[in-house]
Amino acid sequence: MNSVFVYCEIEEGQVAEVSMELLTKGRALATELEVKLEAIAIGYKLDGIEKDIFPYGVDVLHIADDKRLAPYTTLPHTSVVVKLFEEEKPQIALMGASSIGRDLGPRVSSALHSGLTADCTSLVIGNHEDKKLDKVYENLLYQIRAAFGGNIVATIINPDCRPQMATVREGVMKKEILDPKYKGKINKLDVSKYTSDMDFVVEMIERHMEKSKINIKGAGIIVAGGYGVGSKENFNLLFELAEVLGGEVGASRAAVDSGYVEHGRQIGQTGTTVRPKLYIACGISGQIQHRAGMEESAQIIAINTDPEAPINSIADYVITGDVAEIIPKMIKFYKANTK
Amino acid sequence: MKGYKIIVLAKQVPDTRNVGKDAMKADGTVNRAALPAIFNPEDLNALEQALRIKDKFLGTTITVLTMGPGRAAEIIREGLFRGADDGILLTDRAFAGSDTLATSYAIAQTLKKYGNYDIIIAGRQAIDGDTAQVGPQVAEKLGIPQITYAEEIQSIENGKVTVKRRLERGVEVVKCPMPLVITVNGSAPDCRARNAKLIMKYKHAKTVTELQVANDDYIQLYNDRPYLNIKEWTVRDIEVDMNELGLNGSPTKVKKVDNVVLQSKGAKVITSSDEDINQLMSELIENHTIG
Repeated sequence: MNSVFVYCEIEEGQVAEVSMELLTKGRALATELEVKLEAIAIGYKLDGIEKDIFPYGVDVLHIADDKRLAPYTTLPHTSVVVKLFEEEKPQIALMGASSIGRDLGPRVSSALHSGLTADCTSLVIGNHEDKKLDKVYENLLYQIRAAFGGNIVATIINPDCRPQMATVREGVMKKEILDPKYKGKINKLDVSKYTSDMDFVVEMIERHMEKSKINIKGAGIIVAGGYGVGSKENFNLLFELAEVLGGEVGASRAAVDSGYVEHGRQIGQTGTTVRPKLYIACGISGQIQHRAGMEESAQIIAINTDPEAPINSIADYVITGDVAEIIPKMIKFYKANTK
Repeated sequence: MKGYKIIVLAKQVPDTRNVGKDAMKADGTVNRAALPAIFNPEDLNALEQALRIKDKFLGTTITVLTMGPGRAAEIIREGLFRGADDGILLTDRAFAGSDTLATSYAIAQTLKKYGNYDIIIAGRQAIDGDTAQVGPQVAEKLGIPQITYAEEIQSIENGKVTVKRRLERGVEVVKCPMPLVITVNGSAPDCRARNAKLIMKYKHAKTVTELQVANDDYIQLYNDRPYLNIKEWTVRDIEVDMNELGLNGSPTKVKKVDNVVLQSKGAKVITSSDEDINQLMSELIENHTIG
């Protein structure tokens, strides 16, 4: 039976977080389908990379190792993946919904004429009955994502084309090692057979990668602000509260788009997914793209002037009122109660 | 200097960022008709990058290409008002139900027919789908390189374009030979405003269908002022395999759509009074959520 494939992003010799999360999900899907999980790592000096990949339950690891393959550029990585998929014919292929996966995925899907669903929030195996054709498709990949600005949740399927491709954002799936001693096979690819000189026309002139400085993903407490916070100045109140509570500041897309805070703090479908023990949503209306990124928080406090704000429906505490009035009170009474 | 031939790919989208209360029906589903149709925001960033090339290189022309229903001609006019030279509206019922792959096929076939391009610039993604797929898929179908997440087209020299990319965790500068597809990030500069002179010049620019509806003597107009004619192309104007279009040409199918209907999980509602906030904070400290 055809395998489940995961494209592993490599940054400075390390497997990206999102790829490990997808390996975990890929293993679960492969086990349910009773097929192999295969991974592909493309880069340079990848000796030993298998030690970071096999423990997720990978049966076969394909490695393309060449100086010209790092850092990532679109064309050679596309060529390797497309050729390998043509040979191996995976039924499912997963990639991170990252700057790399969202550059590579569509190009690969176009070359293979296979469907691709971006930014899935859930992947499930299920059947599909086509009543018109009187045909039942078994074990399809349900690719579930928010669409239309987050106002609908769509379940997408690819009945006829393979692989069924999906991208998923970092933090959406949980990362879990299956067995530290899990042993798979390594298949080293002859890079010259998988790429052509034409793939190397794009030159890298400069490259600066930063380790993400803001750690909203690991924060136990998040004070997040939305458009309703109103200004950059009012956001300072959120920073104060976060500092007092030992948390981090997050934001909705609307707040980031309005320039209140930097993009690295964005929470939601097009930002980071978080699961803190306390999430304080300030002036956030709570459209589904935002909720998708925080609804698994253990406790949610919603502060909003609008008593009907959608965020209130998933909150544990709802405070109706002005952020600029309530936050200073929270700081004051937190300090009073911890003295 | 002969300038460059630039195609800007643009899409008219419902303004999903402004889903207000009146945009939701009583049953909690979206009332799509209540959403205004706008020029996709990142496509405007793309147009600005094209206009900057036109500012620098005399003789550069910009063509706005959009696929959509008849009313999408609105965004071509919007492009003309800001400095584009002409536009193509690709419109046909055969495109209905297209996923990103079928869409990119239709656009790539149009570009093959139109030919004559050095740089194709599009927004990174459209706000109604957020997929970021059509740009790269068009590039693949034309067999040319792509540069995604572009923030600034820095220079064009000796047939090569130098582009700064803004990635999740960093910045890259890459150099790529033309022709190529560039998709532009929202972090790139905003598009310049409409130009009053250009509004005067192009306010009557229309597609053939719009002219027929308005009952204008369009043949006369076309002869007098050809720049007022927005090209309207259907499947008959491009070479296509009908099986690659619309629903038939789309590998992905929508199995199910759930409207998001919110049900309250029964929150504790508290006021902003001192007592309530004090009570809340001590409760959170007691149950070790904070502190």
